[in-house]
Amino acid sequence: MRIGIVCPYSWDVPGGVQFHIRDLAEYFVRLGHEVSVLAPADDETPLPPYVVSAGRAVPVPYNGSVARLNFGFLSAARVRRWLHEGAFDVIHIHEPASPSLGLLACWAAQGPIVATFHTSNPRSRAMVAAYSILQAALEKISARIAVSEYARRTLVEHLGGDAVVIPNGVDVDFFARAEPEPAWQGDTIGFVGRIDEPRKGLPVLMRALPKILAARPQTRLLVAGRGDEKEAVEDLPAALRSRVEFLGMVSDEDKARFLRSVDLYVAPNTGGESFGIILVEAMSAGAPVLASDLDAFAQVLDRGAAGELFPNEDTDALAEAATALLADPERRAKLSERGSAHVRRFDWSTVGADIMSVYETVTAGAAAVAADERTTGLWSRFGPARD
Amino acid sequence: MTATLIWILVALVAIGLYLSWTAGRLDRLHARIDAARAALDAQLLRRASVAQELATAGVLDPAASIVLYEAAHAARQAVEEQREVAESELSQALRAVFGESQQVDAVKAAPGGEEAAVELAEAVRRVPMARRFHNDAVRAARALRRHRKVRWFRLAGHAPFPMAFEMDDEPPAALIERAA
Repeated sequence: MRIGIVCPYSWDVPGGVQFHIRDLAEYFVRLGHEVSVLAPADDETPLPPYVVSAGRAVPVPYNGSVARLNFGFLSAARVRRWLHEGAFDVIHIHEPASPSLGLLACWAAQGPIVATFHTSNPRSRAMVAAYSILQAALEKISARIAVSEYARRTLVEHLGGDAVVIPNGVDVDFFARAEPEPAWQGDTIGFVGRIDEPRKGLPVLMRALPKILAARPQTRLLVAGRGDEKEAVEDLPAALRSRVEFLGMVSDEDKARFLRSVDLYVAPNTGGESFGIILVEAMSAGAPVLASDLDAFAQVLDRGAAGELFPNEDTDALAEAATALLADPERRAKLSERGSAHVRRFDWSTVGADIMSVYETVTAGAAAVAADERTTGLWSRFGPARD
Repeated sequence: MTATLIWILVALVAIGLYLSWTAGRLDRLHARIDAARAALDAQLLRRASVAQELATAGVLDPAASIVLYEAAHAARQAVEEQREVAESELSQALRAVFGESQQVDAVKAAPGGEEAAVELAEAVRRVPMARRFHNDAVRAARALRRHRKVRWFRLAGHAPFPMAFEMDDEPPAALIERAA
């Protein structure tokens, strides 16, 4: 099958959506499909053979922050050329509602279009205003995929219609087979994520730490992720600061070893998560998971059966649960076992097959993807009839 | 005077273009519904065929065979108005027969049963998918067709008002759990 995938975010900036697309593309390439990914990228960045650059993304203020987006005449022309040259059986657009490549591709293409909605953005005012424009483009999508039940609910609320839920994929065995690192074992709590992004929840964990250390002084907190390390420990009493170790940015291999080694993985995120891939990775590595009870997390953890949940932002509850878990190796072993079994449904072999069923369902009996002549401009309307 | 005429002409052309664009949108939506409906039909038929095949293969006990055969047969024969009910009943029959994982294991153990079980699992998984895609297209078309401009200018032509396909498509739990 000839598959075209549209990535809305810069290929050179690491991010969840980009990794998802990379893994998906490589999974299909391994199965012998022809895959082409259209993504914004600097011209100097080395790209894998299946990625086509759509030009550099421009930083513009959008939705309360600066986003790097692709739009305008040149990008639209590149999308068109890619569609024309690719002659795809199906195109898979990620984040079609963000004003970037996804929306452009949606606008420019016709035929079987599959779209995945990753984030569960609260409805923005711009989106309400642009609703009718957006609707005309979004109604071309033949199949919508949401990454979680939670993301599906927001999608249905904001745009109407329906979607199937297919979770993000993880290479479970890559994490399950990683070699544990002895230096990271023994009464350790692990955290992976940006240090200076408050929604990742490190401050919550830092506030809970004194209580955990009061009960179990031998505990160490290991933090993997970039950000200002000094600022992160500022509120911690000076005597306790030595119990926190910063590992900085870690490679994929080290992340897997890290998750294999820690005695407890804590995800204190306070919001803004629509899936929680890190929890799946932690469970794949067999780490017992303790997470805040965000909707998305509760779903990934099977309502608390595959990992423990604590009330969001409740530092006392977090400290209590963490102390109890660290003191009870049997309970941790049980969580780890249940997590490892639960996580199989997020493996690429399952997720990839589901996405392929979506492709096959929408392409059955449909014509291939082509550039949509109707949107090339008003003049085409006056030209000679095409069909 | 001429200026006014020209403006009126420009306005009329603009309205005409807008209506033609809307009609194009609607046309595309109707095509999408047709494609989605064809895909849904294909998946439903496939599900009924595999179910019937399993029912007559002698791998199930006689009672389960009869229940499954009846439901699959009724689903295949159903006329358009009874289709939703018949397909829902097939879903219920499949859930009743394949409610236990032992039953699935027994089918897999029979010669050729592995393939049949995989195909049935694929079919019961794809029916809800195809149905969601179909109903999503129907919803989009209905939203547009209810709009004033479409009703006043009869942009939908003679195309029938699209109807969603409502049925119970809950797959049997034992069949779709894919513990590795």
